[in-house]
Amino acid sequence: MDSKLLNSKTWEKYKTQIALISIAIFVLLLFIITSPAVFLSPQIYRSFLSTVPFVGVMALGLTLILAMGQIDLSFPAVMALSGFVFALTYQLSGSVFLGMLACLLTGSFVGMLNGLLVTKIGIPAIVVTIGMQFFIRGLSNVLSQGSALNMNVGDNIFYRLFAGDLFGIPAQAIWFVFLSILLWAILFRHKFGEHVLFTGDNEDATRMMGINVDKTKIIAFMIMGGAAAFAGILDVFRMRTWWPTMGEGYLMMTVATVFVGGTSMFGGEATILGTFIGAFLIGSLEAGIVAAGLSGFWTRLIYGLLILVAVTIHTVMNR
Amino acid sequence: MGGLSWPLLVLGGGKIVDKLVEMKNIHKYYGRLKALKGIDFSVGDNEIVGVLGDNGAGKSTLIKIITGLHAFREGEMYIKGEKINPRHYSVKKAHQLGIETVYQEQALAEKQALWRNIFLGRQKTNALGFIKVKEEKEETEKVMRELMGFTGIGANPDSNIKTLSGGEKQGVAIGRAMYFDADLVILDEPTMALSLQEVDKVLNFIESIKTRGKSCVYISHNISNVYPVSDRFVAMDRGKVVGRYNKDEISLDQLNEELISVTKVK
Ligand SMILES: Nc1ncnc2c1ncn2[C@@H]1O[C@H](COP(=O)(O)OP(=O)(O)OP(=O)(O)O)[C@@H](O)[C@H]1O
Ligand SMILES: [Mg+2]
Repeated sequence: MDSKLLNSKTWEKYKTQIALISIAIFVLLLFIITSPAVFLSPQIYRSFLSTVPFVGVMALGLTLILAMGQIDLSFPAVMALSGFVFALTYQLSGSVFLGMLACLLTGSFVGMLNGLLVTKIGIPAIVVTIGMQFFIRGLSNVLSQGSALNMNVGDNIFYRLFAGDLFGIPAQAIWFVFLSILLWAILFRHKFGEHVLFTGDNEDATRMMGINVDKTKIIAFMIMGGAAAFAGILDVFRMRTWWPTMGEGYLMMTVATVFVGGTSMFGGEATILGTFIGAFLIGSLEAGIVAAGLSGFWTRLIYGLLILVAVTIHTVMNR
Repeated sequence: MGGLSWPLLVLGGGKIVDKLVEMKNIHKYYGRLKALKGIDFSVGDNEIVGVLGDNGAGKSTLIKIITGLHAFREGEMYIKGEKINPRHYSVKKAHQLGIETVYQEQALAEKQALWRNIFLGRQKTNALGFIKVKEEKEETEKVMRELMGFTGIGANPDSNIKTLSGGEKQGVAIGRAMYFDADLVILDEPTMALSLQEVDKVLNFIESIKTRGKSCVYISHNISNVYPVSDRFVAMDRGKVVGRYNKDEISLDQLNEELISVTKVK
């Protein structure tokens, strides 16, 4: 992009996003060229709108965690356990609302455990959340005895709100947009988000200015857990089933989404727009590869290539 | 004001007021390391106290206890007459009690905007906790112009801290302490990264604290900076107070010699 087109300050501020949008447009054009029949019809985009948000919502939570200079690898398991609690509570009580509440509480409770272990015991987040991931996945396996739960709520208001169409757009996409805007506002306009960014940037300085860094971290891990639980709600509604392997395969997709989006591991910085675009980029790749007639073997290779190229561009641009 | 007339000051109206800060027999450990070994320290009303001592003497540790960053183990601390429970004391509480600090480490976040660094921990927000960005930036603009003496070239409220020079960063840290108009300003090595001209600005600021009737703790290795602005001096060595001097009792040269003799390896 020609920097003369933009005033240099705007360019400085938005260069990551501009680079990412350029990559996205490039990939889209590639898809259209290789399989015009698929990528010039609206169907495929509708399908992206309903599938991308699962990873997208968790990627939003992970963006917050990375902004804080932390990491969470437990969320796919948290998604599964919370989804299980959702389906079970619904089966036992017949109340969708109660089920959703229990689900969100479960997710944020596990997040709180992560946060407590990181802050009060002092174990690095990567270690805590790897352990937690096994424990939580195991717990939902033990509780469910490895079998799926039926979750047919019929076509009630909740189903329509979370898995139906709203204004002709898949509900998941609307939730994803709403949560992206909400998280943006929290991260960049709310004092909690400011505490997250400062904690990720310089923890000691943040303490010196009177911020309760431990509390900030615990709340952020709870939000991550809540986001995973919300993804679980969306998934259970859509499939009308909870199954024990739920969330498996989402870990790398989510991590890749956030990095491709331009948020770094170093903390103190984040881009919600980047994560939003990254989610669609990562989420559309498989379909594009298959539509182009390439065998599934290519998928990983192209994923890897995209991630490396995107991260290289972000890093070089921010040097 | 006589620095050694503690523990009580009698102010106008005959009201008896405790000292601003009063510490008795304070101990502090970092793990096994004993950083403070029974410190008595006080700051009176409208008093500038210079704290001197070698690297590792415990000066920063001492002030971090006053600012609420570190909890002490044994001993007692009173601020404005209020007995401090180390378990419930915090930086926030210290801010509320009117204590502002320029830390040796500057306490700035490099990747964040200048305006956010000024207001961190004391954000102007609406009832829901959302930051009033425009207001904070406008105030920052004012702080930069009126308190930090930024002349408008280069830095602005949106500048990231990492784009500022060492002196400018120090200016932000000091400007922040000035803005919140404290009863006690603590300056820990505030002139480290500064040119001679900028050092003068800091010394002027300390003098203005005195004229406004407020108090200051000033830590520096540079005795010739500390001497002219302070009312009295406290010398520390290896976690202990090893000397207390009033300015009217000691000249700069004598103070220099004293410091060398009290900190000599015994
Ligand atoms: N956070 C910490 N953890 C462990 N030890 C510490 C910590 N901070 C300081 N110390 C140790 O405590 C002792 C006193 O340090 P302090 O920073 O108070 O000294 P100082 O007088 O401010 O020195 P300087 O003039 O170099 O700033 C030193 O031995 C130091 O290594
Ligand atoms: Mg020090």
